[in-house]
Amino acid sequence: MKHRTLGFAYLALSTLALLAGVTISLLMRLHLTWPDWVPMGRGPILPEEYLGAVTLHGTLMLFFVLTVAPLWGFGNLILPAQIGSRRMAFPTLNAAAFWILAASLTILCASPFVAGGTAISGWTAYPPLSAVAAAGPGQALGMDLWLASIGLFSLATCMAAVNMLTTIVCLRCDGMDWHRLPLTVWGWFTAALLSLPSFAVLLAALLLLFCDRHLGTNFFLPATLVVNGIVMHSPADGSPLLWLHLFWFFGHPEVYIAILPGMGLVSMVLANFARRRVFAYRVMIAVTVLIGGIGILVWGHHMFVAGLSPFAGSAFAISSMSIAVPASAEVLSWIATVWGSGITVGKARLTTSMLFALGFVSLFITGGLTGPILAQPILDQYLHNTFFVVAHFHLIMAMAGVFGLYLATYYWFPLIANRNLNERLGKIHFWLTIFFAYSTFLPMHITGLAGEPRHYAQFTGIAGPAGKLLAATMPLQRHITLSAIFLALAQIPFFLNLWLALRSSNTSVPNPWDATTMEWAPNAMSEDPTAPEPTTHTGPCEYALNGKTFHPQWQSVTQPNQAE
Amino acid sequence: MPSSLAAAIVDVFWQLPADAAAHGPALDRHLLLNLWIALALLALAHVLVIVGLAKRRRHTPPRRQVLIEFLPLAALALLFAFLATRAEALWQAARYTGPDRAALQIEVTGMQFAWYFRYPGPDATFGSTKPEFVSPGEGNPVGLDPTDPHSADDFVSSQLVLPAGREVDLRLHSQDVIHGFSVPEMRLKQNAVPGQDIHIHFTPTTPGDYAILCTQLCGLGHYRMTATLRILPEAAFEAWLSQHAKPEAQ
Repeated sequence: MKHRTLGFAYLALSTLALLAGVTISLLMRLHLTWPDWVPMGRGPILPEEYLGAVTLHGTLMLFFVLTVAPLWGFGNLILPAQIGSRRMAFPTLNAAAFWILAASLTILCASPFVAGGTAISGWTAYPPLSAVAAAGPGQALGMDLWLASIGLFSLATCMAAVNMLTTIVCLRCDGMDWHRLPLTVWGWFTAALLSLPSFAVLLAALLLLFCDRHLGTNFFLPATLVVNGIVMHSPADGSPLLWLHLFWFFGHPEVYIAILPGMGLVSMVLANFARRRVFAYRVMIAVTVLIGGIGILVWGHHMFVAGLSPFAGSAFAISSMSIAVPASAEVLSWIATVWGSGITVGKARLTTSMLFALGFVSLFITGGLTGPILAQPILDQYLHNTFFVVAHFHLIMAMAGVFGLYLATYYWFPLIANRNLNERLGKIHFWLTIFFAYSTFLPMHITGLAGEPRHYAQFTGIAGPAGKLLAATMPLQRHITLSAIFLALAQIPFFLNLWLALRSSNTSVPNPWDATTMEWAPNAMSEDPTAPEPTTHTGPCEYALNGKTFHPQWQSVTQPNQAE
Repeated sequence: MPSSLAAAIVDVFWQLPADAAAHGPALDRHLLLNLWIALALLALAHVLVIVGLAKRRRHTPPRRQVLIEFLPLAALALLFAFLATRAEALWQAARYTGPDRAALQIEVTGMQFAWYFRYPGPDATFGSTKPEFVSPGEGNPVGLDPTDPHSADDFVSSQLVLPAGREVDLRLHSQDVIHGFSVPEMRLKQNAVPGQDIHIHFTPTTPGDYAILCTQLCGLGHYRMTATLRILPEAAFEAWLSQHAKPEAQ
């Protein structure tokens, strides 16, 4: 299969996962807010079903949406054209990775229908809950299916990462030096580089957990356990903390894998519509790689209260706090790039793409600022596993990540579909989405500060002071749930827009945004291997100071283009 | 008035539960400082983006990179270093040193889906336990070994009762899966890990009844793995203790 076909296939897979993941999250919200609500045609939602939903929602969103779509979906669609290549390095490996991924999603989606139901131990699958079948419903066959699914996913990701890295290293066209790569490519490159060691470690950890479950080993289990009255002895004395280390060694880089391509694209789109060069372009390359580099040294901040030595807590606090500096450098560059760009004059360049890029910046700032708070162990001692954390990662990873995907869709749609999306519908989609995103996730900081814990199947009907503490958050729960429903409904204009554009016969003009990067060159998206290879003449975003002229990367510098 | 506005924001948005442990007020002050700084930076960044967008186009080259980028970065780095240092001092005070030798010793056992609290009794020594003796239904949830003489005066409660003003040393452990021992009003959280004994120590200050939660996903009953922490004045605590002491041990 051609890489574009694969790109679309990856995106289709992600869209299915997204629809399922969103539906599941709404069911969770409805159950939390109205615990006595009985979905039509079935009994009440059981606690283990709620936890199964928690597991599926996290697994679908983290793996199949936020990793697959930005990296392998848009990576396949756009990356080759952006570096002036007609192909990805290893087409067979690429196709094999896709089919393994499809099998992985199928297995995950089958898991709710087996005896005991789907796994209930969350996307982090901490043992012994995930290692002992007797520890709960869903921890027998359901958990094995989860392991198989994520094992296959890790394998596919390693294959796809090898393909992407080789493509970027070997297939750049003439003149496309490392310092001329768009920041999008740097984002993809860093993400693929991170995903190799992190997913390889995850795959190893999954295999060890499988051995603990079926081969009598004790990597993650202590010598003695009493689970549901069953006494389990083993001569081997392992530790659940080993799993936490291995999992978060993967898990933290994973969130950077999900967000780095979006960060790169935001830089390019802001520069495009501001008709500016990216402010401090070379520093941006450095901080992108630096975020990836520090990103593999911070996993312990998920474990401040897990039972590590307090000295380890201090060390991971320092590494985690330090990542705020390159992240701030990104934000400063974004602000400087749009500062005084005259973009609002006439509003012609405040397109839907630009709005989503600015929305990404806003969500990245809002979600990012609570990062340093959670990186302080003494504050994590209070905030760990509360909704404050849920608010933090839904803003910076989930919402910013999804805004990156919408940005990619609106920005590249003329290129990949040769059609125009309707700007008015796009802007309606933007404003509704950002309003309800904030309306959903900002109040979670408040309930989290009030002590609301994650993973609770209900907050009502519990006696004593604990019941009082939990019930105090109920008024805001209603607000959050209604906002989440409206947030989901706000996506209707987007799908309507896609449908209308694909039905329309109005084809788009070449390079409608006056973009400078290689994917907008004539015939750049051609997959014909015999077509002449383009040449890169300049760095990206070479706009004149007055914004009137620009040099696309594919044109020699002597003939600037007129911007509209 | 700014101070009453601040108070109003605290009331409406930052509804922290009661703060009833000795280390709590300092932790809360640091948390609120962090929240104010985050809120201020949030507002500043958004103002900069919006003002920058609204400004007319400048045709001159951007000012010196040092001014726009490295100076603010240095300022932010200093700010984060300051916050990290303050937090580290509090963390060290809470975690780097053990409890006072006179601290009350209590063992906390987590199991699906309950917390049990064991007091060592008048001999001030915990009796040994064995997994084979674990039987919550027969009143022996932690598996006390009846043949150990130290076990005789141990007693196990499903409610954690502590005296106000005296340091307590909790020994956390779990029988089955990882549980999260969390007392929001004590600003305390620490996982209980099977196969490990983990100590935490703190001093409750204000008598009252407080929530104990499980904050690490532990199975289908995770949401109802709650218990009550009752803080009593010293005299009332001594009375409660003697009331629960086993007659055969006296």
